[in-house]
Amino acid sequence: MWEEYLSPSSTQEAVDMLRSYNGEAQIIAGGTDLVLDLSKGTRKAKCLIDIGDIDELKKIDQDGDEIVIGAGVVFSRIISSKLIQEKAYVLAEAAATIGSPQIRNTGTVVGNVVSAQPAADAAVALFALDARAEIVGSDGKRIVPLGELYEGVGISKVDSTAEIVTGVRFKALGSNQGSAFMRLAQRKALALPVLNAAATVAIKGDKFYESLVVIAPVATRPFRSEDAENCLKGASIDKGTIEEAAEAAAGEANPRDSALRGSAEYRKKMAKVLVKRAIQKAVERAKE
Amino acid sequence: MGKQFLTMTVNGETVEVAVEPSAMLIDVLRDQLDMIGTKEACREGECGACTVILEGMTVNSCITPAMKAQGRSVLTIEGVDDQGKLHPIQEAFIEKGAIQCGYCTPGMVLSVKVLLDENPNPLEEEVKMGLSGNLCRCTGYIKIIDAVMVAARQMGQ
Repeated sequence: MWEEYLSPSSTQEAVDMLRSYNGEAQIIAGGTDLVLDLSKGTRKAKCLIDIGDIDELKKIDQDGDEIVIGAGVVFSRIISSKLIQEKAYVLAEAAATIGSPQIRNTGTVVGNVVSAQPAADAAVALFALDARAEIVGSDGKRIVPLGELYEGVGISKVDSTAEIVTGVRFKALGSNQGSAFMRLAQRKALALPVLNAAATVAIKGDKFYESLVVIAPVATRPFRSEDAENCLKGASIDKGTIEEAAEAAAGEANPRDSALRGSAEYRKKMAKVLVKRAIQKAVERAKE
Repeated sequence: MGKQFLTMTVNGETVEVAVEPSAMLIDVLRDQLDMIGTKEACREGECGACTVILEGMTVNSCITPAMKAQGRSVLTIEGVDDQGKLHPIQEAFIEKGAIQCGYCTPGMVLSVKVLLDENPNPLEEEVKMGLSGNLCRCTGYIKIIDAVMVAARQMGQ
């Protein structure tokens, strides 16, 4: 277990601390995953640097046409945020399914990305919003698409001993857009998803304009189905198109047999159902 | 490295304790402050027996590093009564027989408190949602939900 616990009050201070500990300190936000890893010994750190109390990282803001969510923002704040409900509903919907009230009061949206689990609900929603991460290290700041941060299951390319994901940003959804999240799990709370899916659609008249379709866990990261997105592009909004897109997503999905989540065969069939429902719901909301 | 100082408010009183940097909040509450009302069961953040209220929000104290409480206020089951007079939620749990072994009860009561503070008139479905992070392995959920409804009515009067 760690021997020291630091609570910096600014991002800069946290970056300086990381540098002075030279790889022996590690960033912690909510800690709902990290604390378990450290307790079990699957991850080690001499010092934890807690960024959960840094005011500048606690914001949910609109910046031009984008929404920025800081690394200190916990799921329960996302669920109750008017801005997220109005302009990124899929994220609020996904966050509401995570863990339990206690976990949602502790865990963070950014942590959901950094922990690199392929079916992390909020991360799946962020993929459907085409989000990018803001990363600050001693060389300054960079902005990276979320898809580039996944090394493997549970392994992030973010080096939390040297850099900090300070937030995520994505385009706020407009009035011709709609989004939705669907989840299949054994229980309604405290249960890992058997499958989850998220969709964002933009519509123009009676046609799909641009769409994002995500399904998980069917790969080592939340999986965007380009085949499904291409099916929708420019196509007319009807049952047939949605059916075809869902079929395409299931065709691309590669779920594995899992003792926890069910057989690959079952999950491939259910992938189609979830994607279909997500697109249908997103269309309904785009029309509202 | 040795111990670190933690200053927090527990049930309205400011306390300063020297803690192991890797201690969890539940360890400090139970082992250093002798507040053994907070229960440990899974130590993985799954069961909610260790629920406390940190700055108005329920958290699992078994996976919350104690240092996260620095400068903050913590409410435990020991702090919900009013100078020895049980809280209406506690009264309702007794009245409805919503306690079997009692191990989940402190966490349940605290989750109910936050639920009713935010939503004084919850629907049954909202009660279930509010308690979804608290497991009762005696599986006496029906009486617990009844108790919440009674408490809501009592507190609304």
